[in-house]
Amino acid sequence: MNGETVEAYDIVRIARSSGRYTGIDFIKGIFNHFFELHGDRRFADDSAIIGGLAYLEEEPVTVIAIEKGHNARERMQRLFGAPNPEGYRKALRLMKQAEKFKRPVICFVDTSGAYCGIGAEERGQGLAIAENLCEMMTLNTPVISILIGEGGSGGALALSVADRVYMLENAVYSVISPEGCASILWKDSSKAADAAACLKLTAKDALSLGIIEEVISESNIDQPEFFAGVRDKLIAEIAALRKDPEMLEHRYQRFRRIGRTEQQK
Amino acid sequence: MAFLKFLYKPKNELESGGRAASPVQADANEPEKTCPNCHKAIPLSRIWANANTCSCGYHFRMSARQRLSFITDKGSFEEMFTDIVSSDPLEFEGYAEKLETVRAASNEVEAVICGTAKIGGNKCCLFIMEPNFMMGSMGSAVGERITSLFEYATEKRMPVVGYTVSGGARMQEGLVSLMQMAKTSGAVKRHSDAGLFYLTVLTDPTTGGVTASFAMEGDVILAEPGATVGFAGARVIEQTTRKTLPKGFQKAEFLLEHGFVDAISPRRYQKSLVSMLLKMHSGGDAR
Repeated sequence: MNGETVEAYDIVRIARSSGRYTGIDFIKGIFNHFFELHGDRRFADDSAIIGGLAYLEEEPVTVIAIEKGHNARERMQRLFGAPNPEGYRKALRLMKQAEKFKRPVICFVDTSGAYCGIGAEERGQGLAIAENLCEMMTLNTPVISILIGEGGSGGALALSVADRVYMLENAVYSVISPEGCASILWKDSSKAADAAACLKLTAKDALSLGIIEEVISESNIDQPEFFAGVRDKLIAEIAALRKDPEMLEHRYQRFRRIGRTEQQK
Repeated sequence: MAFLKFLYKPKNELESGGRAASPVQADANEPEKTCPNCHKAIPLSRIWANANTCSCGYHFRMSARQRLSFITDKGSFEEMFTDIVSSDPLEFEGYAEKLETVRAASNEVEAVICGTAKIGGNKCCLFIMEPNFMMGSMGSAVGERITSLFEYATEKRMPVVGYTVSGGARMQEGLVSLMQMAKTSGAVKRHSDAGLFYLTVLTDPTTGGVTASFAMEGDVILAEPGATVGFAGARVIEQTTRKTLPKGFQKAEFLLEHGFVDAISPRRYQKSLVSMLLKMHSGGDAR
């Protein structure tokens, strides 16, 4: 095992640790007067996704966050941050509402993946994610997503089709968990550390692959300046997006260019 | 038994084994395949003659080229984007070699073929995924080909017919694969917003990132009988929840019951159904 291998998997461990800031911490740290809105109006209220209205300084915004919880009890209640289809449908309802009232949308993503269960399949997990991907691509209001911990596959992407995507320094973003990858490829989930290195899932990797715009440094994460810094960035970027008459075209092209093969460049 | 033949005179054609029933008198050396449903051994030629189905109704998997010849009008298919092939964006261990082996074994360069074709006289854009190429997994090339096809269809105002079969996003291309879900969905959305028709046929198995993107985004969604369609894998669900899965879980019929597909479409009548649906949507622009 080489040094690089250890590093990628160490970041996975940090990203998963229960001591990290969760969605609620970011909402409290950045916004004022958060008011939570519940339910997808179709089936239920998903406890893994929190959404609502808040002030970003002077401006009302729609905030959506995947919440994992800090301790065992909270984590059980939040389904370990694994949303059911109703969670994605609630998020979409709030985004559509934001579009109607011309509010920007800010998403905080922290999930090991969409919930894996019988009920989730019966209620169309795949469809729920697919609909979010489609609708977010044409949502006519600025959308910014920040990956704060784990960015697990389709379950994370369903809140990350945005104009700007940022990752915290110790967040990860991956198509499959390193354990899952190791067990499929090498029939051995204990090789997760090797898989983590192969998958290029750290914030630095995502930046160099052109998947995200910026890495948010965690050097001052335990100080109040940290949230102030994120707040300032959000305000500046929303202002820039508001001025962009081609915002939706740019959002489309942002994803369109990823994975163009050699012949197409 | 041959010596008894002269004693037994067939009264009609049926008794004599039917007319031109050549595949029935199978060559003893012909390879057979056992149907997982009725457990009968069937000669390959008979399976092929019946669009890869067993007489009991079981649908075997089908390669993309085979499907192409079965669904399109003869000679009408014009393949596109053949120069788009996967690179190895992560330099993932063993991926380049894997691609080479799979290409040699499957005779395909990628897990989807795209182009224009006529189905029952109706012109359309068509993509068919290939189960024999890394189980139809979606990497950058699959995403790029499908996105390009939808963009072409939007520009030319044509309907799209898509056959999905996939294990999901291709993990060897990591985040680049994951982003193909958003990319293809964006192209489907533009096609849809332009008022154009998209028909998907879900075939066995359609799972993961493909289910969670363009497979479920059709205006009309058909599924082949018995096809497994889902997001998370059944075994993974069983392991994580430690619950026994209900009978027929994630099968096409289960999806129909829960309201996620419009109809189950047996192969036997599929071409006529697809061409009828295309015709029904050809009123406006989608000619």
